[in-house]
Amino acid sequence: MGLMNTSRMKSPWIIHVNCTACNGCDIEVVAALTPMFDVERFGIVNVGNPKHADVMVVTGCVNPKTARVLKNIYDQMPEPKLVLAIGACGGTGGIFAECYNVLGGPDKVIPVDAYVPGCPPRPEAIIDGAVAALGLFEAKAKAMKEKAKKAAEKAKAEA
Amino acid sequence: MIKTTIPFGPQHPVLPEPLHLKLVMEDEKIVEAIPAIGYVHRGLEKLAEVKDFHQNVFLVERICGICSVQHAMAYVQGIETMMNIEIPDRAKYLRVIWAELHRIHSHLLWLGLFADAFGFEALFMQCWRDREKVMDIMEATSGARVVVSVNVVGGTKRDISSEHLAEIIRVVDQVKEDMKNMENAFLNDYTVKHRTVGVGHLTKEQAYSLGAVGPMARASGVAQDLRTLGYAAYNDLCFDMVVETAGDCWARTAVRLKEVYECVRLIKAAIDKLPKGDFAVPVKGNPTGEVISRVEQPRGEVLYYIKGNGTKNLDRLRVRTPTFANIPTLLVMLPGSQLADVPVLLLTIDPCISCTER
Ligand code: SF4
Repeated sequence: MGLMNTSRMKSPWIIHVNCTACNGCDIEVVAALTPMFDVERFGIVNVGNPKHADVMVVTGCVNPKTARVLKNIYDQMPEPKLVLAIGACGGTGGIFAECYNVLGGPDKVIPVDAYVPGCPPRPEAIIDGAVAALGLFEAKAKAMKEKAKKAAEKAKAEA
Repeated sequence: MIKTTIPFGPQHPVLPEPLHLKLVMEDEKIVEAIPAIGYVHRGLEKLAEVKDFHQNVFLVERICGICSVQHAMAYVQGIETMMNIEIPDRAKYLRVIWAELHRIHSHLLWLGLFADAFGFEALFMQCWRDREKVMDIMEATSGARVVVSVNVVGGTKRDISSEHLAEIIRVVDQVKEDMKNMENAFLNDYTVKHRTVGVGHLTKEQAYSLGAVGPMARASGVAQDLRTLGYAAYNDLCFDMVVETAGDCWARTAVRLKEVYECVRLIKAAIDKLPKGDFAVPVKGNPTGEVISRVEQPRGEVLYYIKGNGTKNLDRLRVRTPTFANIPTLLVMLPGSQLADVPVLLLTIDPCISCTER
């Protein structure tokens, strides 16, 4: 594991995106950040800037208006990045799946790496989901490197 | 002077919720604030016409996860009025206990986020740490931390055992102690006062004419709290309203902080007087007719309009939430203030966008 991967695994920075959620999941995400559950002991820090973040924690379902915002924030995050979808809404749209203004879960717009079920899930479950998702980082970084290598080789061959 | 427009939100670190404001600025000063909403609109009122009226309880609880008990309470009280159901006395008291526990959790949450908005992170953490005690007792009594789902048409879904009642008394006493410790920091600290005193001032006339509700109105001296109507068991509990007159951010903090003490007193009085007996009655038939049901939420008055047609589906469910009533005050407070005060002003109305847009 290189320095970059170590720092990503040992201190992932998260950005919390509320995408048409009912607040139930959001307050549980914030509860996970505060002293009782204290994810900071795993080095997890909540940041406001998507360009600083490694993991996106997205709560709620997606409607046409938030779909654009979500895509925009996702695109601003640097590779390799992880997306953690929280709650029943984060999976399928949950109780709101049949509403006229709901497209479904965030995976309709961006690729999601891990889902935490529950309505709302307990903070322990959210932490568990985050830790499980972190295991994917190394593979993602590797895939990213290989892709870059191939692109470089292709450019060389063409030149 | 040249005017610039700064977008605030929908993704902003101080407010987890997506609210978008266009701030028209002259230098550092705001001249106009234009809100753009619709980021949390799901179409919940329409969905309520498809689900049956018992299922709708779970739906309205998810209008907003922070005040789910009060949403469910307003809805079931409306349906009960329509169907002429007299619920057992014990259920009325149990509803009050859960509702006031929810109010404590909501106010502590707000105090924490507000502390974060003026940059006092340690106080934020302290509030949320104390809040966990309330969350624990809600989990012990109902099985869930946030969306506790205890109200059903005809009473409550479960009872509270005497051990749990004793535990609730212990917890609320502790919360009261914790609040006493924090009160000084919120209300008397020089630096904190610098951020709150005189900021976002709203006169009594303004609050009244803009239709402000809840702590926003009460901090400006408008004595208005629906709990005085005596729904559920509030009539027997000698509810005492908290009113401040300064009309600024400091007064709103004071109202919410002191309301926590009142919640503690109400919970203890309700436990003291809790009648014995059943906690739910069987429900037969379907609702018909129309009704308006109002309940005091942590953020103010919520209004439910329900229209039934004699089948298990409703004709219409309409909700007017407190944040919707409080947004006009925000648009009056923002112009003339500094850009750096926007987070404080925004949080002072205790915005709940998912309620507002449903
Ligand atoms: S999963 Fe449940 S608690 Fe979470 S946002 Fe959706 S409705 Fe709210």
